[in-house]
Amino acid sequence: MPNYLFLLHENPAAFAKVSPEEMQAIIQKYAEWKKRMQLAGTVVGGTKLQDGTGRVLRQKRGETTVTDGPYTEGREVIGGIFEVKAENFDAAVEAARECPHIEYGVIEIRMVEVH
Amino acid sequence: MKYDKKMGPGKSSDGSSSSKISATLPNSPARSIPSTDADQLVAHLFRHQRARIVASLTRVFGASHLSLAEDVVQDALIKALQQWPFRGIPENPAAWLTLVARNRALDLLRRDASLADKVSELERVLPQTAAPSQSEIDDQLALILMCCHPALSDEWQIALTLKSVCGFSTAEIARGFLTEEKTIAQRLVRAKRRLREKKIAFELPDEAEFSERLAAVMRVIYLLFNEGYGATRGDDLVRPDLCEEAIRLATLLITHERGRVPEVHALLALMMLQAARLPARTQSDGTIALLADQDRTLWDQRLIASGFRHLGLSADGRKITAYHLQAEIAAIHGTAANGVETDWAKVVSLYEQLYELEPTPIVALNRAIALSRWQGPEAAIRSLEGLAKNRALRNYHLLPAVLGELWTQTGDFGRATKAYQKALNCDCTAPERHFLESQLRMVVDRNQIRP
Repeated sequence: MPNYLFLLHENPAAFAKVSPEEMQAIIQKYAEWKKRMQLAGTVVGGTKLQDGTGRVLRQKRGETTVTDGPYTEGREVIGGIFEVKAENFDAAVEAARECPHIEYGVIEIRMVEVH
Repeated sequence: MKYDKKMGPGKSSDGSSSSKISATLPNSPARSIPSTDADQLVAHLFRHQRARIVASLTRVFGASHLSLAEDVVQDALIKALQQWPFRGIPENPAAWLTLVARNRALDLLRRDASLADKVSELERVLPQTAAPSQSEIDDQLALILMCCHPALSDEWQIALTLKSVCGFSTAEIARGFLTEEKTIAQRLVRAKRRLREKKIAFELPDEAEFSERLAAVMRVIYLLFNEGYGATRGDDLVRPDLCEEAIRLATLLITHERGRVPEVHALLALMMLQAARLPARTQSDGTIALLADQDRTLWDQRLIASGFRHLGLSADGRKITAYHLQAEIAAIHGTAANGVETDWAKVVSLYEQLYELEPTPIVALNRAIALSRWQGPEAAIRSLEGLAKNRALRNYHLLPAVLGELWTQTGDFGRATKAYQKALNCDCTAPERHFLESQLRMVVDRNQIRP
């Protein structure tokens, strides 16, 4: 069975609109979703990426520049990654549908290549 | 929605989106597994902790920096939203939020050399223990008083209280009062600006001013409760959220020695006794259940008991306020086993006393309804004649709605029809509209049966 990564894209500007009550509801749903996934043996791993820090390297005409980033003004950043087991993309999508991240961000699903 | 059919090993041949994860993954909510206690957050924890920390931070930063205090707390909540899904809910969520907010606040204070002395104040004022300190209770009271300052208009007071004290988002406030989000946002900006302009201090007023300031707070709480109890427009008849907040705020007043006065007990009694009936106010299909038709077994007996306790504490022989009278009326309803056994004569007398204090249409209508139960519909209709002529009440649906009911009771279905039609021309909530339409159909039918 292949593994899939859920890349959780978010734009912190989206958080400005979420009320304390709604945030609590999302966290509650997360706890329940993860529990279901764990019981189903679906979740393989989860990695939270530190917010607000990072570096971006680019090479232009032979010169490599390093900048702080990615920063988030108006742009989406990957906040974290879940790795799940699923039989196929359809199944992975069904699992992602219930991931509460979808309420305020985008979930990109990629399959992990097996050699 | 099309999925890529080239899925590699294990693809589902029919391309359907059925779940094929290794073990059965429950998709429907009905099959979701309940969380253990460790995964549960106390209801409204985020809102309440937010309010608590905002109050303490405003004490430290100063009243003119209310927005800064709110930003700091919002940052802490967002951090929780970003991290807890991965790390799990911490064992002491309130302490976690407090610590993060504290650290952020300390960062801000340390950047400014002139604020160095506030660092120790912050550490003193925001302890990490679960039980609120006296200073935290003081701060929450000071915050409510500030948000209900007479320099602000009623609408600003309500918006600011809901935002800063109750932790509602602008969108939630807008939904609660059926206004636009940007209208609420503007009110908040203006209110905070007014607080800065008038240099309103973050402190408890002295004795002389206190009771007047407290009265303003009680009025805001009462308005909030009423909006939740009998919403004026929209899809919901009641918004229990708002009622709950109103009761919580009044309870907060009581925890403070200076808020523990008979009027506040009366207000609490009134709200608790009415809120106890909320579970029975709407029927399972969302339509209204009139008091006479409510399933009284659904009433919250615990709230009724608490209401009575506060009613007792409200009677100290000095003055009777409108809150006292309304609490007494609610108490009579709360203890009557059914509509027939209610002491309607007493209810009418209480409404007459209330009308002397507050000669409003809603009081007159409630008196009329009680009067109809005591002396019959004709007496009630007569009592409403003056009101019916009042042009200011043209768009007030309750008046023709009540007249419709009263005429129906007298058997005059023709007049009842006209009354219900008039009611439907006014603004009201969707469940009320639904109810009025069914009443209209009923009286139209009855009117046609008569020769």
